[in-house]
Amino acid sequence: MSSKLKLATAWLDGCSGCHMSFLDMDERLLELAELVDVVYSPVVDTKDFPDNVDIALVEGAVASVDDEKKIRKIRAHSRMLIAMGDCAITGNVPSMRNPIGPDAILDRAYFENATIQPQIPCVVVPKLLKTVKPIHEFVKVDVFLPGCPPSADTFHTALTALITGEPLDIPALTRFGA
Amino acid sequence: MTIEELEQIAKTVQLENSRYDYEVNVCMDLACASQGAGLLRDALSRLAEASGKKVLIRKTGCMGPCSSGPLVRVDPDDTLYAKVKETNAEAIINSLGEKPVAELQCDLNEHFDKQVRVVLENAGHIDPEKIDDYISRDGYKALLTALTEMTPNGVVHRITESGLRGRGGGGYPTGLKWGTVAKASGDVKYVVCNGDEGDPGAFMDRSVMEGDPHRVIEGMAIAAYAVGASKGFIYVRAEYPVAVARLTTALREARRRGLLGSGICNTTFNFDIEIRLGAGAFVCGEETALLASIEGRRGTPKPRPPYPAVSGLWGKPTLINNVETYANIAPIVRNGGKWFFNMGSERSKGTKVFALTGRIKNTGLIEVPLGIKLWEIIDVIGGGVPGGHKLKAIQTGGPSGGCIPADMMSLGVSYDALMAAGSIMGSGGMIVMDDTSCMVNVARFFVEFCMTESCGKCIPCRAGTAQMYTLLTRICDGTGTMDDLELLIELCDTVRETSLCGLGQTAPNPVLSTLKYFKNEYLEHIMHKRCPAGVCSMAGAPAAQTAAAEVLA
Amino acid sequence: MTEAPFDVKTLEIDGRELSARRGQTILEVARENDINIPTLCNMEGLSNVGACRLCLVEIKGSNKLLPACVATVSEGMVVSTNTERLQKHRRNILELLFAERNHVCSVCVSNGHCELQSMAQDQGLTHVRMPYRNPHLPVDASHERFTVDHNRCILCTRCVRVCGEIEGAHVWDVMGRGIDSMVITDLHEDWGKSTCTRCGKCVQVCPTGALFDKSKIGSDHPKYPDFLPYLNLMREAR
Ligand SMILES: Cc1cc2nc3c(=O)[nH]c(=O)nc-3n(C[C@H](O)[C@H](O)[C@H](O)COP(=O)(O)O)c2cc1C
Ligand code: SF4
Ligand code: SF4
Ligand code: SF4
Ligand code: SF4
Ligand code: SF4
Ligand code: FES
Ligand code: FES
Repeated sequence: MSSKLKLATAWLDGCSGCHMSFLDMDERLLELAELVDVVYSPVVDTKDFPDNVDIALVEGAVASVDDEKKIRKIRAHSRMLIAMGDCAITGNVPSMRNPIGPDAILDRAYFENATIQPQIPCVVVPKLLKTVKPIHEFVKVDVFLPGCPPSADTFHTALTALITGEPLDIPALTRFGA
Repeated sequence: MTIEELEQIAKTVQLENSRYDYEVNVCMDLACASQGAGLLRDALSRLAEASGKKVLIRKTGCMGPCSSGPLVRVDPDDTLYAKVKETNAEAIINSLGEKPVAELQCDLNEHFDKQVRVVLENAGHIDPEKIDDYISRDGYKALLTALTEMTPNGVVHRITESGLRGRGGGGYPTGLKWGTVAKASGDVKYVVCNGDEGDPGAFMDRSVMEGDPHRVIEGMAIAAYAVGASKGFIYVRAEYPVAVARLTTALREARRRGLLGSGICNTTFNFDIEIRLGAGAFVCGEETALLASIEGRRGTPKPRPPYPAVSGLWGKPTLINNVETYANIAPIVRNGGKWFFNMGSERSKGTKVFALTGRIKNTGLIEVPLGIKLWEIIDVIGGGVPGGHKLKAIQTGGPSGGCIPADMMSLGVSYDALMAAGSIMGSGGMIVMDDTSCMVNVARFFVEFCMTESCGKCIPCRAGTAQMYTLLTRICDGTGTMDDLELLIELCDTVRETSLCGLGQTAPNPVLSTLKYFKNEYLEHIMHKRCPAGVCSMAGAPAAQTAAAEVLA
Repeated sequence: MTEAPFDVKTLEIDGRELSARRGQTILEVARENDINIPTLCNMEGLSNVGACRLCLVEIKGSNKLLPACVATVSEGMVVSTNTERLQKHRRNILELLFAERNHVCSVCVSNGHCELQSMAQDQGLTHVRMPYRNPHLPVDASHERFTVDHNRCILCTRCVRVCGEIEGAHVWDVMGRGIDSMVITDLHEDWGKSTCTRCGKCVQVCPTGALFDKSKIGSDHPKYPDFLPYLNLMREAR
């Protein structure tokens, strides 16, 4: 068995920007690959979230029943859960619909603004929750990395520290909206 | 007006009253009036006249045991009739000079025996719209004594000696406050009476203002003399139109008798009072907000210091006291500080008026010596919990007070004991709760009150009470978690310690005290999704449970 | 004669022996000595309202916390400005502010120039535990030059004070109570139709993205509230 830590990254209601920024670590990713195996991620081809993940990085807010299921599963199978980016931490952009509710948004997107076959989708698309919430409203989160997105440097410093057990001062690295 | 003239008036009234063989006092205050006391009085007057007996029919303020209303007290025998209907008028008039009407007589002896009436000494005995009635019961004697025989310092000293503490909630020593204002330098000083009484369910101050308005005016005039003020304000909430009308009449009558105005009682003392109406916001009872409101600004509290005693109305030294505090002044001046000091418990002297409500037989106004045990109030004066239910807790201190559990009924009622038990004296609300009350829901109710009454100026109270309410609602509807409870407790701590005024500082009390004594109920709601009292619907619980079940899937 | 010594107070702040003039606030003395106390409602040049409660400090011998922006110094006072207890309260207060309205920093005009945002960072806030309230709030863009976005307002009332106390126009005021409080222009009329003189002072003193200048794009919106003390000095000099 490999002694490397198992790393997973997941994507809920977010723009994928956090994942992009993660990939922006560029050559430092190779360094990271020495320390971890990426066992699940939008960038690798695994269908199911594996067991016994050591570190899970989650992008995006919880906006649908699907997201809720996913985040509970991720939590149940991961040792350390990191909320990555403002969407996961505050709701951020996806939560901007909260004051007006999901119906108004659906109407706007699929009905009022649609030119062909205006209709609210009821299959395939998961049901939206009434309010978009940060992931810690559903499960316990161990580390919060704010930023929209957190910079590649932030990722690098934070992950290195978390893997090696060095002290980590997140507010010194990043903030909401950074 | 001189002492002699005052005595002359008293004599005249007594003489006039002695022309009657009987005095029939009918309570015309809110609770009794709403149950037909008006018609009853008309019937009594009519029948008395027809009977040819010499009867004085008098309308009075609240007599106390409102739940037994309408009440009628017949003097000189001091017979009390309860639940009197218009149709009983004939029997009452017929009984004068004969045996009392047995079936109307109520057994309220125990109810009254444990009470000591200082503030309410005139309740049920005088017509609040007649200054002469007040004078006939030693009214304004204290003012004249103070003006003619005592120095302002002497008055302050007497109040200090009495050990009187403010009845508006804080319990600040009244003599100390008067001394501060007296010593404060300023050409102009003000005396203000706080009649805002915003606690839901409380009506002690209303009752005094409506039932015995001159007592408040006399107390304020004595205070003005003691601190060197010549102008006073009574701040009454606009929801108390009767109190405003009675006070207006009383002020006019007092002026006509030379008891207010310039050169009062042939001395150099000038003093007059204006009434100011409050818009009925709870926070306007807070002293700095109240003063802002009198000045015509938005009623929001200000950081203290400076205290009003140093810089109050328009920046001038201002004495602000509660209605009941002022109502205690005349008796203290009349009977001496020692007399008052000898009543009550070690650090809480005198008596306190409470509005007793909730799950209790005799609801209404009571006045008890401080130090009285809670069980004496509940079991003896209140007549116990009706309907075979069990006493669960007593809530004192208004919306920001706390709940005291049934097993602490041997607690003596005093500022310090209530504080130590996690509640407060407050202005005198006392709500009795039995086993049909859910304590989490009770806490939520009071937090909701504080949330809607918050003025919104400071963050911890404005947003903190709203968050506390959200968290409590979660617990009540079955979606609450242990994390929510933990956050709620932490929030209580921040709101209590960082809010600007008393409203925010005390808003967590209902939560903290129920958590202290009834934590189990919180845990039942959270862990077992069950409301032990069966009050909360727990409507959100099934959803929460399914969601949790899905994780395991 | 010997009046002077009474006008100088010595006190201790965070272990440092300091002297101050009588009547100075704890905050003024701390700032003169480069001791940082977080503030949001305070603004040099405006009256103090003691409303945000972030500047609360501990005084030795008293359990009561005092707002440094209004509490004046006294002889022998021992002040602590950054205890664990204070830090916890400050974080909670900031959390309350973030949860109260809709702060979406990433798309906010003030991103990177916001006092609330940087204070959250300074106080080590990485997430908000309080449930977000998500209120539905208006944005008034009727003014030709400025916009008020109530989603970002923290009700510090700096705008109210600067407009009343400095500009003398008294356009801003607070309406409603408790959690429903809102700043309004005139008697709740559109800002564009109000008696505003368009001086822009309120926009400059607003600590957040609630008031902003329409001519700026995106989050390129730094504010310059430093004009106030100078303005006051100039006025006094006249
Ligand atoms: C939120 C709040 C509401 C208050 N409401 C009242 C009130 O309705 N009546 C009152 O007499 N005092 C009220 N007080 C207390 C007053 O601020 C003040 O302490 C009191 O009027 C002083 O009078 P006392 O010394 O005679 O008690 C209130 C205080 C707070 C913080
Ligand atoms: S935090 Fe920003 S970058 Fe990350 S997913 Fe959300 S919107 Fe995209
Ligand atoms: S504690 Fe509440 S009522 Fe008092 S000033 Fe603050 S917001 Fe207003
Ligand atoms: S006002 Fe400040 S804290 Fe609020 S969203 Fe804008 S930048 Fe963020
Ligand atoms: S811009 Fe208008 S509202 Fe703002 S301070 Fe100036 S006058 Fe007042
Ligand atoms: S608009 Fe700006 S300055 Fe005015 S109260 Fe809101 S946050 Fe403060
Ligand atoms: S109203 Fe009549 S006894 Fe109280
Ligand atoms: S800065 Fe002192 S309370 Fe806001």
